[in-house]
Amino acid sequence: MSEFTTADVERIANLARLALTDEEKILFARQLDSILQYARQVCDLDTSGVAATSHVLDRQPADRPDEVRPSLAETQALANAPEPAPAEGLFKVPRVLGG
Amino acid sequence: MNELTAREIREGVATGSLSASEVCRACLEQIERTDPRLHAFLTVDREGALARAAQIDRRSRTEERLPLLGVPIAVKDNICTRGLRTTAGSRILEAFDPPYDATVVARLRAAGAIVLGKTNCDEFAMGSSTENSAYGASRNPWAPDRTPGGSSGGSAVAVASRAAPIALGSDTGGSVRQPAALCGVVGMKPSYGRVSRYGLVAFASSLDQIGPFGRTVFDAALLLGVIAGHDPADSTSAQRPVPDFTAALAGDIRGLRVGVVRSMLEDGVDEEVARSVLDAIDVLRARGAAIVDVPLPHARFAIPVYYLIATAEASSNLARYDGVRYGFRAPGTDNADLRTMYEQTRAQGFGAEVKRRIMLGTYVLSAGYYEAYYLKAQQVRTLIRQDYDAAFEHADVIVTPTSPTAAFKLGERVHDPLQMYLADVFTVGVPLAGLPALSLPCGFTRDGLPIGLQLVGRMWDEEAILRAGDAYERDTTWWKRKPEVT
Repeated sequence: MSEFTTADVERIANLARLALTDEEKILFARQLDSILQYARQVCDLDTSGVAATSHVLDRQPADRPDEVRPSLAETQALANAPEPAPAEGLFKVPRVLGG
Repeated sequence: MNELTAREIREGVATGSLSASEVCRACLEQIERTDPRLHAFLTVDREGALARAAQIDRRSRTEERLPLLGVPIAVKDNICTRGLRTTAGSRILEAFDPPYDATVVARLRAAGAIVLGKTNCDEFAMGSSTENSAYGASRNPWAPDRTPGGSSGGSAVAVASRAAPIALGSDTGGSVRQPAALCGVVGMKPSYGRVSRYGLVAFASSLDQIGPFGRTVFDAALLLGVIAGHDPADSTSAQRPVPDFTAALAGDIRGLRVGVVRSMLEDGVDEEVARSVLDAIDVLRARGAAIVDVPLPHARFAIPVYYLIATAEASSNLARYDGVRYGFRAPGTDNADLRTMYEQTRAQGFGAEVKRRIMLGTYVLSAGYYEAYYLKAQQVRTLIRQDYDAAFEHADVIVTPTSPTAAFKLGERVHDPLQMYLADVFTVGVPLAGLPALSLPCGFTRDGLPIGLQLVGRMWDEEAILRAGDAYERDTTWWKRKPEVT
């Protein structure tokens, strides 16, 4: 049974904000299907009553005081931006609202 | 000069018998000689390294005790270095110039180390061969038609080819240990939380850990001691005292209980690899270790569990690459709508393996599949941890091969991602349980390719595996062999 179709690939790529070519859709459908077929062996394992491990550290780190500390200057924070607007201290993005 | 270990360099520079500049120049010359063939480095900071070396040669007396005084080091390119380009092997970070040092890099500098440059790796550390680097694969110094392993392949190559005595890598599913094994050097993944991840480009945050490479266990222990310890900037770094790891290397392993997982040596392991590991177990026994059999019944589920969890975390971590705050933005999308800009930026900025893992991770986290895959994998992760807990009631360290085969040929597995994943069988279980593990050379194949031995320890017990590895090293000479390319 093929679990992963190109329609699934399109749905997931949409969620992941990835534009894929037609060739990539076909290739990923095939490859992800084979990976999931293999991964499905865990689905058959009886895990009733087993707690999930999301993290191996038992003791979650303690809170700390909410204090202002030194951080990057605005110019440094903008320095790696593809479209910085240093005069305004902003990152430029394509228009989000209106036309 | 290039044969000196970090320990020897430090002693020589501290006592004045070596100049840091001389050592640094020898490394830079070795890079010039070998890197056109091996491609270990993505960026070499010649000027910065020589300037720092000159500074160390003019040092004050107070600096003489620094643990890595004058020791050159190569740093994997997914670890941020202030003012030195950090790409993580990705096109999307091609021009990224970090405004800060990762905590480990700040600690290296404070310890007197000299950063030579940044090493090649699979894109975002996703891969086992460096073939997923956007900047081309590195080559194995023992056989340049073969991969050095990955993802920290460039760091392993730099150390094996004598371009640097020590290096840093990162290990999520084996990315320090496997290239160390395939290149014939020592590599270690510390316990999760032992080393700060601040400034490490995130792949899978519950698994990622920075680790040391060296040609000897002592050098790995020395480097680990410098980078380990609590960091307020990483909430997952542990508030635990850092022992003097080098002090653990006393050579005495009498009574140490060494666990062997017989079933894992029988199936799917290259015959020469299995032979070398069994021989290594005999060496440990001859030194007084007690050999015990331990089962890890869920070990065979480690690969699917790892690839479900790591990709889920990666899909979330890599959402930050959106062409807005840093990194690449697809050209010509400034006047498009925001969504097109995102989709084109990510389509053009990421390579195939990264896209594949983002897709897989997004899928297993998506509505209707979360329980079946992601939650299930987290439950089986618990079973894998419990296996190790049970095994460590009878053993102090567990021995396995690091990789089921020696180095494979470039191009051999790139078209079959699942085949590539299956090679991680011995390494992926360890980070799922958060444990420390060491890989060190334990032999060579008939074709002259290195074979690696993996020693897995209890949580926070790096000392046991370092002590066992050092004891093994004292009775063997594999670590002294050097590839012809040097």
